[in-house]
Amino acid sequence: MSALPLAITRRRRRSVRHTLDVRVSPYAYVAPFFLLFCAFGLFPLAYTAWVSLHEWTLLSDTQTFVGLDNYSTLLADGYFWNATFNTLSIGLLSTVPQLALAIWLAHLLNRRLRMQTLFRVALLIPNVTSVVAVVVIFSQLFGRDFGLINWVLSWFGAGKIDWAAGTATSHIALSVMIMWRWTGYNALIFLAAMQAVPRELYEAATIDGAGTFTQLRKITMPMIRPTIIFVVIVSTIGAMQIIAEPMLFGQSSGGGGVMVTGGPDRQFQTLALYVYELAFGNATFDFGYASAASWLMFVAVVIVSGINFLISRRVKGGLV
Amino acid sequence: MTPRVRRLALPLLTASVLALAIAACGGGGGGTATEASAKPGEKIKLTVGSFGDLGFKPLYEEYKKTHPNIEIVESIAQFNDHHSNLVKRLATNAGAGDIEAVEVGYISTFTAQPGKFVDLKQYGLDKRQSDYLDWKWQQGLSKDGSQVLGLGTDVGGLAMCYRKDLFEKAGLPSDRAEVAKLWPTWEEYIATGKKFAAANLPDTKFTDSPGELFRAMVNQAPTGLYDAQDQIIVGTNPDVKKAWDLSNQLTQEGLTAKLAAFSPPWNTGFAKGSFATIICPAWMTGFIQEQAKDSSGKWDIASVPGGGGNSGGSHLMVPKQSKHPKEAAELIDFLTSKDNQARVFKEEGTFPSIPALYDDPSIRNFTKPFFGDAPIGQIYSDAAKALKPQHLGPKEADVRVAIGNGLGRVEQGKQTPDEAWAQVLEDVKKIK
Repeated sequence: MSALPLAITRRRRRSVRHTLDVRVSPYAYVAPFFLLFCAFGLFPLAYTAWVSLHEWTLLSDTQTFVGLDNYSTLLADGYFWNATFNTLSIGLLSTVPQLALAIWLAHLLNRRLRMQTLFRVALLIPNVTSVVAVVVIFSQLFGRDFGLINWVLSWFGAGKIDWAAGTATSHIALSVMIMWRWTGYNALIFLAAMQAVPRELYEAATIDGAGTFTQLRKITMPMIRPTIIFVVIVSTIGAMQIIAEPMLFGQSSGGGGVMVTGGPDRQFQTLALYVYELAFGNATFDFGYASAASWLMFVAVVIVSGINFLISRRVKGGLV
Repeated sequence: MTPRVRRLALPLLTASVLALAIAACGGGGGGTATEASAKPGEKIKLTVGSFGDLGFKPLYEEYKKTHPNIEIVESIAQFNDHHSNLVKRLATNAGAGDIEAVEVGYISTFTAQPGKFVDLKQYGLDKRQSDYLDWKWQQGLSKDGSQVLGLGTDVGGLAMCYRKDLFEKAGLPSDRAEVAKLWPTWEEYIATGKKFAAANLPDTKFTDSPGELFRAMVNQAPTGLYDAQDQIIVGTNPDVKKAWDLSNQLTQEGLTAKLAAFSPPWNTGFAKGSFATIICPAWMTGFIQEQAKDSSGKWDIASVPGGGGNSGGSHLMVPKQSKHPKEAAELIDFLTSKDNQARVFKEEGTFPSIPALYDDPSIRNFTKPFFGDAPIGQIYSDAAKALKPQHLGPKEADVRVAIGNGLGRVEQGKQTPDEAWAQVLEDVKKIK
């Protein structure tokens, strides 16, 4: 007789444990990420906001609360808007051709080819290359006096272009560097999505007499819409945060000025680089102001990504 | 990376660096300078932080021979990075070396924080005062003059380096005495430049870029970017404006190769002979020799237009966070000793800050075949003797960056000199 209640309790205990396990352990499994995220993500983010409300430099021991002063100064700061313009311009110049090219490359690779793996790996190599190496090499290619690109252009009678000096030319040069690194990477993502598109659709289209380009436009693009949205958003976010390229380009182009100003006229200083300049680029270490700038940059990234999300969502989904 | 993480990445990075900095600040408290020095026989590692090759390597080797328990590690960063890193490391009380080299453009930034550095007097280095050029010694003192924070290494007495072969091609005299006669003043330097340009040598300009020339001209004036009360006087000092105008004149006459100093294309410019003259503080001779390896004998040195001045030069300082301040101070004493400064000059070109050496025959008669056996020792000794000390302010480097960008904008054809000057004054106003 006494065995029964014992068994029940045991069973009950087991069921409590079971419920606990089902209910709690999923959270426990994801907890490490969120703990780390709080420590290295959320907390610094909030702390940056707190710092941005202060007159706060690295060197002084006192921090005065100034409310939104940093933000209002920033909105009237010509260099901030200049950096915003540069960021958008470089972002547009690099992202649009980059994604078009990536889709095209993926489309070309999305068929039976010899040495498929080799081609796919080759796509990723520029992305694996260190950004420093890329910028140093490209800065030489875009060199004014002895650069390869100007040399080639001189065959067509073009004069020496001082790539780093001009606003448009420097943006083009930087966009090329960014495209060099990221086109292959995005092409691989597109390729993965394209593999999931049923072959029959293409076969049917071929029978109907649709050319490659029509197939790409009418079949591939609509079918990989979610991937396109994803890639557009991720590339936008990446483009809004460009810092290493302009920083190193300024250093290695010989155009004068220091690394952090992106050319003497700040012609290619991006937002992230401006934040860096404010925080670490001079002897003032104006953390309060830099924090405000990085928050505004964060807002700008959210806005631009949102706009791009809305636009790319309008790519037609499914097959009509 | 997920989109969210990417989106957050930069602000987070900034913020987390900041958070770490603050944490380190709180945790560290005041460094303990008077830590007992190491026990005999214990191995001690000294780190020397610098912004370029100061030519100390052979000295380290020699020092290790007499001090077998000392190990010396040099860590070198880019010029601006080195100094701003040092500011960060002092503020966060972590990461600074045992010895840090500080260039003269930044020296006042650091001597304004005497609490962050070891007073070298504690280790008896005030005995070295009589060795030094007085102004060089003063630059290493705390503001109130009571503490010895840094000992000088070199001074950058000015001269003008020029390419003999290119001068000959352009139909100008190439003998250094005659070249010096071409340009007693900067106006005449520009006039010579015009003559040089008239010869129309392909792919060769008269000088590299106006940046370092501007610095030299300002340094020749009795007061520079700051007045004695540490106020920035860029807008009101006529000497600064004059240097600005002369520098831009060089640009507007098309005499510059538009190659900013220390950039890779500038290095290439040396090898390709893109410019015929370059302002030559003593330390620049080392640069030229390194960059223009193939042009041995083509470069020569003449006196500088406009009289004596100092451009560059460094001090060695010991941050309070150093665990071995005594050993660090001893090493500084060694590295800056009279004999070793003389040795570094002969090997690397950086010129001593010890006046007794200026009349020492081994220095005075020193020549270098690379520079066509130019009497380097004599030229720089005379330049160093003619130096007039100038007061340097705490944000000297930032002010120079603002002005350098202005010169760059004119050079790149973005602005007229007047527009650029207006923007420089705006930028300078923002420097706190």
